Amino acid sequence: MWRTARLVAAKDLGIEWRSRQVTNQVLPFAGLTLVLFAFALDRDEITARVAPGLFWLATTFSLIVLVQRTFAVETADGALDTLRVAGVDPAGIYLGKALALAAQLVVLEALLLVGVIVFYASHIRPAGIVLVIVTAFLATSGLAFVGTLYGGLAAGAKGRETLLPLLLLPVVAPVLIGATRAFEAAFGTRGGEGIRAGVEISDGWPWVGMLAIFAAVFGAAGVLAFGPLLEEA
Amino acid sequence: MSTTVPNPQSIPGTNASAVSRRWRGITSTGFSRVLGVATLVLVVWLVLFGLLFSPPDQTQQSSVRIMYIHVPTAWVAYLAFGVTGLSSAMYLFRRAHSLAWDRVAGASAEIGVMFMALTLITGSLWGRLTWGVYWAWDARLTTTAFLFVTYVGYLAVRRLGGSHQARAKRSAVLGLLAVIEIPLVHFSVELWRSLHQEASVANPSGDVKMDGLMLFSLFVGLIAFSLLYFWLVLHRQRAMYLEDQYDDADLDVALVERRAETKEHSRA
Repeated sequence: MWRTARLVAAKDLGIEWRSRQVTNQVLPFAGLTLVLFAFALDRDEITARVAPGLFWLATTFSLIVLVQRTFAVETADGALDTLRVAGVDPAGIYLGKALALAAQLVVLEALLLVGVIVFYASHIRPAGIVLVIVTAFLATSGLAFVGTLYGGLAAGAKGRETLLPLLLLPVVAPVLIGATRAFEAAFGTRGGEGIRAGVEISDGWPWVGMLAIFAAVFGAAGVLAFGPLLEEA
Repeated sequence: MSTTVPNPQSIPGTNASAVSRRWRGITSTGFSRVLGVATLVLVVWLVLFGLLFSPPDQTQQSSVRIMYIHVPTAWVAYLAFGVTGLSSAMYLFRRAHSLAWDRVAGASAEIGVMFMALTLITGSLWGRLTWGVYWAWDARLTTTAFLFVTYVGYLAVRRLGGSHQARAKRSAVLGLLAVIEIPLVHFSVELWRSLHQEASVANPSGDVKMDGLMLFSLFVGLIAFSLLYFWLVLHRQRAMYLEDQYDDADLDVALVERRAETKEHSRA
C-alpha cells in the first residue's frame, strides 16, 4: 500500500512538475483572492484582524481547484480505469493522491503566508511559530484527505465542476474554523475588544487537537471508502 | 464516462409483469391508506391544539406556537437523516446490495431535506420574534444549516446518472460520510460558540419545564409529523422503484425496436 502510495504521489508531482499548471494558475489565483479580499474589506485594521480567516479561505478555495486538477489528470484518458484494471490497491492510490495534494497545498500555504504578512501587515508572534507549523501540517492533512475522498466521489461524473464545491465546502468547515482560531492565537489578532479579547498562544492548542481528530477520521474513512468508490466510477 | 444505460440483470425482481401485479402504477396500499388517514386526523388535531386549545406563553405570547411545528419538523429531519445513514449502511454492508435500501435512503433524504428547510424557516421566524434576529451563529443552528447543505449535496449526487447500482454505491458512501461529518461540524461549532435556547423537554436533569397542555400539543405534533414522515417515505420509495423500472423498461423497449428495425432491413 505504501509503495503504491509513493509511486502515485511521485507520478502526480511529476505531472505537475512538467505541466506547471498549479504553479502557473492556482498559485496566482490564491494570491489574487488575497488582493480581492483587501479590496472588499477596504480598511487596513480590518484586514490585519481577519488575516488568519482570509488565509484559510484562500486555501480552501484553492483546494477545490487543486482537487479538480488532480482528478482531471486521472479521468482524462481513463487512467483511473487502467489503474483499477491493473489491480493497483485503491487505498494506495488514495494515500498517494492525498500525499501529492498535501505537498501542493504546503507550497501554496507557504506563499500565502508570505502574502498575508506582506499585504495584511500580519506578524507571527515568535512563540507562535510552532503553533503555526503544527496547525498548518494537521489542517493540510485534513484538507488533502477530504479533498481526495470527495474528488474521487465526483470524479468522472457529469457536472462535477459545480458539484465538488457543494460537497466539499460543508465538510471542510471544521478545518476552516479550527485552523483560523489557531492562527489567530499565533498571530495575536483579535486583541483589544470582542468576546475573545487578547488571545493567548495556548488558546490555539485545543483547536490543533480538533484538527488532528478531523485528519485522522477522514484519513481512515478515505482508505476504507476509496475502493468501493473506484469500483463504480 | 458514465453511461445512462442501466443493467436489468443487476436488479432483482424487475420484470414488467411483477410491477403491474403489485402496484399497477400507483404507490398506495391498504396499510399506507390507513396511515395517511391517521396522519390527516392527527394533523387536524395538532392544528386545533396548537392554535386554539394550548395557552400562550408568559413571555413569548403566541409566538410560542411556532414550536409545535418547529420541534417536530426538526425531529423528523434528524430521524430521516438517521434512516438514510442506516439504509446506506444496510445497502453497502449486506452482500445482496439491494436497491430497496438505496431507495429508502434516497426517499428519506429527500423528505429530510424538506423538513430541515421547514425547521430553518420556522426557526428563523421565531428567532425574529424572540431574539430580534432571523439568524444567530449558534452551535445548533449552524449544525442544522450544515446538515441541510450536506444533504442537498447528497441529493445532487443521487442525480449524477449512471447505472442504478452505481448511483446506489456512490450515494451510500456519501450517506455514511455525512454521518461522520456532522458530529465533527457540530463539535467544532460548539467549541466556537453557543447561544441556542436550552432544550426544555429533553434536558439532562429530567424535569420538564412546560405547561401540561403545551407539552401535550407538542407530543401530538411529534406523532403527527412522524406518521407523515413514514407515509411520505413509503410513497416516495415506491415512486422511485417505479422510476427505476421505467428506466429499465425504456432500455428494453429500445432494444426490441432496434432488433425489429434490423430484421426489416435484412428482409428488404
